[in-house]
Amino acid sequence: MDIAEFLHMGGHGFYIWGSYGTALFLVLVEVFFVGKRRKKAKEQLEQMEAEFARVDNQGISG
Amino acid sequence: MLWKLFSRDMTLFMHRKQDVVTVLGFFLIAVALFPLGISSDPELLKTIAPGAIWIAALFSTVLALDRLFSEDLDDGTLEQQMLMPVPIALLLLVRLVAHWVITGLPLVLLAPLMGLQFGLAFNEIVILTLSLLIGTPVLVLLGAIGAALTVGLKSSGGLVTLLLLPLYVPLLILGTSAVTSAMNGVDVTAHFSLMGAALLVSLVLSPFAVATALKITLD
Amino acid sequence: MSATRRIHWMKYASASNFYPLANRLAPIFMGLAVVLAVIGLYIGFFVAPVDYQQGNSYRIMFLHVPAAWMSMFIYLLLAMYAIISLVWRVKMADIMAYSLAPTGAMFTFIALLTGALWGRPTWGTYWIWDARLTSELLLLFLYLGYMGLYSAIPDRQRASRAASFLAIVGIVNVPIIYFSVIWWNTLHQGSSFSVSEGASMTSDMLSALLLMTFACWAYTIAIVLRRAQAVILERKKVALWASQISKNKET
Repeated sequence: MDIAEFLHMGGHGFYIWGSYGTALFLVLVEVFFVGKRRKKAKEQLEQMEAEFARVDNQGISG
Repeated sequence: MLWKLFSRDMTLFMHRKQDVVTVLGFFLIAVALFPLGISSDPELLKTIAPGAIWIAALFSTVLALDRLFSEDLDDGTLEQQMLMPVPIALLLLVRLVAHWVITGLPLVLLAPLMGLQFGLAFNEIVILTLSLLIGTPVLVLLGAIGAALTVGLKSSGGLVTLLLLPLYVPLLILGTSAVTSAMNGVDVTAHFSLMGAALLVSLVLSPFAVATALKITLD
Repeated sequence: MSATRRIHWMKYASASNFYPLANRLAPIFMGLAVVLAVIGLYIGFFVAPVDYQQGNSYRIMFLHVPAAWMSMFIYLLLAMYAIISLVWRVKMADIMAYSLAPTGAMFTFIALLTGALWGRPTWGTYWIWDARLTSELLLLFLYLGYMGLYSAIPDRQRASRAASFLAIVGIVNVPIIYFSVIWWNTLHQGSSFSVSEGASMTSDMLSALLLMTFACWAYTIAIVLRRAQAVILERKKVALWASQISKNKET
């Protein structure tokens, strides 16, 4: 079976690749957004901890 | 004591006549939309009649449920009632019955008219009305759970419908297939037995579920 | 000191113990998911033969069936965590339920989409109101309802408890929905049929199916762990902010 036949899938190419393609796309989207969410939360938390540590050391007016 | 609660709820609801009229008006309009939007072909209308009327009743119930707890939440009486010496589930059952009498029963009474609009035969109208008579209380009893969870939320209109849809679908299937089966001459005992069972189960369980939902909302 | 270490699972009920464990496990499971999927799909596409009835379209099954199974298992898990969260007030359980929902919804959507794309070449129509697809559609509404309710309530404690309660009501409802739709189908069609019947399974197909299922499981574990980590960090941020404000008020 060559590449063209493989992609054509006996006429069912649209349905098969549509299915798997959409699924792959959704998985990548999910992975991307969850990763982004985690990184952002981590950065914000670390920033906040650093900021509060600084403020505590200097006193409130710092 | 219970009768006092019931009559109090009834008088309160009666004072909101405007709400009742709104819900009834909605029901009438929603039913009318189906032939207007689909087709006035008599045969087709007979086929879609059970579904159209049931769906309209369903949405009218959801609309009316919005009023169930919202005003009492606003003026604080809801929290006061939760502290009363009467078991909350009982109090809620009384309130839900009152709510059904005011908003559900009129739909049942209007159902024969709707049936005529769709060209249903006499026995089919009887089955339709009976199915709504048993079904609309269940809609109220189940819907109150959704209403209790979403009291006070700002943009909750579509949300309540989304929450209640999976709860309502089995009942919708039962009710409409009862009428459709009557149209086809099939025996409807099974349908009504199941609906009766659903009514009994929700009468017993729903007040507790609503009470739990209200506790979650108010804490 | 004893040669065997006993793992006290209860300690992972605390977020601060959970987080490092999740950190170690997530990449492992993600890698596992990729490997299993590659092997499974290889078998499914290159080893399993063309079906004499359905041609090649049956190969969608290797995605549709695992996705449908996952959508149901995940909801079961979600409901279980919801019960633990509501009854015993374990915060980590709520975080797990919350983290499971979007992935469950995604699998439900994939199951529906692949069901439609499988149905078209096989039965000539994109959508069939059969028991399984219709129940799957309602399952999607259950997921959306859970997520919608959770995000609609501003107070997080009320939100988590309301959504958990909803999930429990939902799980009771699922069998009712399923049987009522089956019944409804027999009324209207005489026999209910679904796309996954009709292809007779060879052992190759079965292996591919199982491998894909395990791949989906591994993926779910990985992504849910990561999402839970994000939620833990976000809530820690809120807690830190609140404690800082009260600290400032005291001085």
